[in-house]
Amino acid sequence: MNERPPDVAVVAAPPTVKHAEVAPTPLDYATALESTAVVNVADRYELFIDGRFVEPRSGRHFATINPATEAKLAMVAEAGDADIDVAVLAARRAYDDVWRDMPGAQRAKYLYRIARVLQERAREFAVLESLNGGKPIKESRDVDVPLAAAHFFYHAGWADKLHYAFPGRSVRPLGVAAQVIPWNFPLLMAAWKIAPALATGNTVVLKPAETTPLTALLLAEVIQQADLPPGVVNIITGAGATGAALVAHQDVDKVAFTGSTAVGKSIQRALAGSGKRLTLELGGKAANIIFEDAAIDQAIEGIVNGIYFNQGHVCCAGSRLLVHEPVADLVIDKLLRRIDTLRVGDPLDKNTDIGAINSREQLDKIESLVQSGLDEGATIHQSSCPLPDRGFFFPPTVFTGVSQSHRIAREEIFGPVLSVLTFRTADEAVQKANNTPYGLSAGIWSEKGSRILWMAERMRAGVVWANTFNRFDPTSPFGGYKESGFGREGGRHGLAGYAELVDGARR
Amino acid sequence: MSPAKKVATKAAAGRPRKKAPEIALDVRKTYKLYIGGAFPRSESGRSYPVLTTDRRFVANAVLASRKDVRDAVKTARDAQASWAHRSAYNRGQILYRVAEIMQGRRQQFVDELSIGGSRDAEAETDAAINRWVWYAGWSDKFAQVLGAANPVEGPYFNFTTPEPAGVVAMVAPNDAPLLALVSRLAPAIVAGNTVVALASERWPLVAITLAEALATSDVPGGVINILTGKAAELVPWMAGHADVNIIDLSGVNGELRADAERRASDAVTRISVASPAERRWFDDRAESPYIIGGFCEYKTVWHPKGV
Repeated sequence: MNERPPDVAVVAAPPTVKHAEVAPTPLDYATALESTAVVNVADRYELFIDGRFVEPRSGRHFATINPATEAKLAMVAEAGDADIDVAVLAARRAYDDVWRDMPGAQRAKYLYRIARVLQERAREFAVLESLNGGKPIKESRDVDVPLAAAHFFYHAGWADKLHYAFPGRSVRPLGVAAQVIPWNFPLLMAAWKIAPALATGNTVVLKPAETTPLTALLLAEVIQQADLPPGVVNIITGAGATGAALVAHQDVDKVAFTGSTAVGKSIQRALAGSGKRLTLELGGKAANIIFEDAAIDQAIEGIVNGIYFNQGHVCCAGSRLLVHEPVADLVIDKLLRRIDTLRVGDPLDKNTDIGAINSREQLDKIESLVQSGLDEGATIHQSSCPLPDRGFFFPPTVFTGVSQSHRIAREEIFGPVLSVLTFRTADEAVQKANNTPYGLSAGIWSEKGSRILWMAERMRAGVVWANTFNRFDPTSPFGGYKESGFGREGGRHGLAGYAELVDGARR
Repeated sequence: MSPAKKVATKAAAGRPRKKAPEIALDVRKTYKLYIGGAFPRSESGRSYPVLTTDRRFVANAVLASRKDVRDAVKTARDAQASWAHRSAYNRGQILYRVAEIMQGRRQQFVDELSIGGSRDAEAETDAAINRWVWYAGWSDKFAQVLGAANPVEGPYFNFTTPEPAGVVAMVAPNDAPLLALVSRLAPAIVAGNTVVALASERWPLVAITLAEALATSDVPGGVINILTGKAAELVPWMAGHADVNIIDLSGVNGELRADAERRASDAVTRISVASPAERRWFDDRAESPYIIGGFCEYKTVWHPKGV
């Protein structure tokens, strides 16, 4: 049914012109800048250990910048081995003396407080997140910050209900959790890590990413305002070496990491034989699959959201578009027209769709992978939108004529770059979608329910979005198959990563 | 314990031991590997002697090679999808059938465990049979206990279901060569995984006798593959095999285990180990739906609601 007659060209003819020339009349928008007055960025940030901000024993600080302007925002402490020792010790003491044995209802109230203060200071967090990370204010304001607060609120409710989470078993905390998080959702990832750990009675040492430490340090202020007992949450800043030393610390019971697959593998390797519990949320190369019977205009929005949300700095991004051949020309044509309407620019402009690439290093990586796509013979299509003169920016990009062996079809680009492949049958779509070492997410677009369920069952991926993409919720478990990591975050399943299940009498 | 089993036990215990006439030689069994429903020797042609605790020769077991490991993993991979797509009810009946066949051969297991120095061969055999029955009943229930419908914000239907991880490689612990193996095998396959198991190195024979029971039950060939050999030689290859989804190291300790965990990191292979409570093989703590869950991945599917 899905086969096309052989005399029909099966590959969408790539447009020969740059799409700027056929774009509809551009709509001019006045800039609508979000005020930065709500945020007070300090010159210097210290480590948050045992409830206080302390200067690093390492004596070192490093600069953190605004990637949209390349201007320095602040100096941030770099935690060395001695600082990690102190932080882990503080977490251990807080675990032994206060948190482990605190009634769940009390722990719950602290988490509710954190959720509430986050909501109260929501705009401050949103602006700081966009300043330090480069993401558009409409995303930090409408997605990152509300979801972070929701994560604390959701997990607060679990703290005194753990007995009901795993029938037949009771739950014990693991101890001190070392948590290392990435730069793409700095505050949200901190919430994903801290909330379930605290709800189950663990204490934490969290290391935010080198390029985006500021919202985590603002969260430390929230934690102070909530009067959380000292040492329950410690936040130490630094680069990869700090993270590696933290997860290898011998007094850590649990390690949770979100980031690249390469670093995840090195952590799994470093922890071998240690007996530490580990969860990993790593990279992805998700297929977003469009069938001929999909609601095409909705699918186009889903494709755009799937790959251009957060500049494509999303581990579950729909970076491989698999289009059913009967609609390939139509989908590609509509998609190219759509990306020309995306606005790239100042993250603090409320009109901005695509903000700044997070760092020079990441921009270099995107550019080098895009070059590989050209070298390997794929056809590039880029939005004609103007890019700011300063800062790290990259236009929304689509590659057609991509084959499965191309690097842009195999490697995680982590940028606003989409690779388009086509398929004829559902079986072929399944094979191509699963033909990757990753397995974090997948998208399916079809108006036929039985086809969606059939496809969803065959996706080797932890999250499947059908007729939607990039949806997140604290109640919804998130995590990967294969080299996208193991363990889940969110929902009842996320609690298991921070809990030891202890036997209850069965008979 | 069922009345039928009591009778069987009594009969076995009360049966007078016949002394074989000197001229009637035993027909001894050749113990081979179990791969893809067949009983091949090792491609390496090697074997190793299996001795009783007082060092008397019992039989030669196959000394499997890393090539045998790779063959077994490929066989398990090929068998996985069709096993997973059988209905839960059907998988439950097949696990129950294993218990039926083992019950019929109960004395053979008891005898073999006795020679191997089992502290309580009858109890170990009965517990192994019961474990199959217990997990058989979970086949169409664990997804209800371990899955979830998630009340997400917005107009979306969202549910989480356990799915088989794929191919599980496992090493049987030495302390209960039959029961410990069954305690890890049954939850792995009831979830829809296929398995490559390395038998207890010290007492591998009973695992091959289990394979004979599996071969004559309704477990499709390739769903369970059993190797015999040296853990130190084979575990590194099992743990480092990129097409193994989970390596169960419940039967591996010390540096060999640390090395296996390091090799597993090359392909982010999941590591599974029985907890101290789950290692009380004779206890009901050794069986749990959460052990089934440990051999699963969780998939969450979203779909909008609307007209």
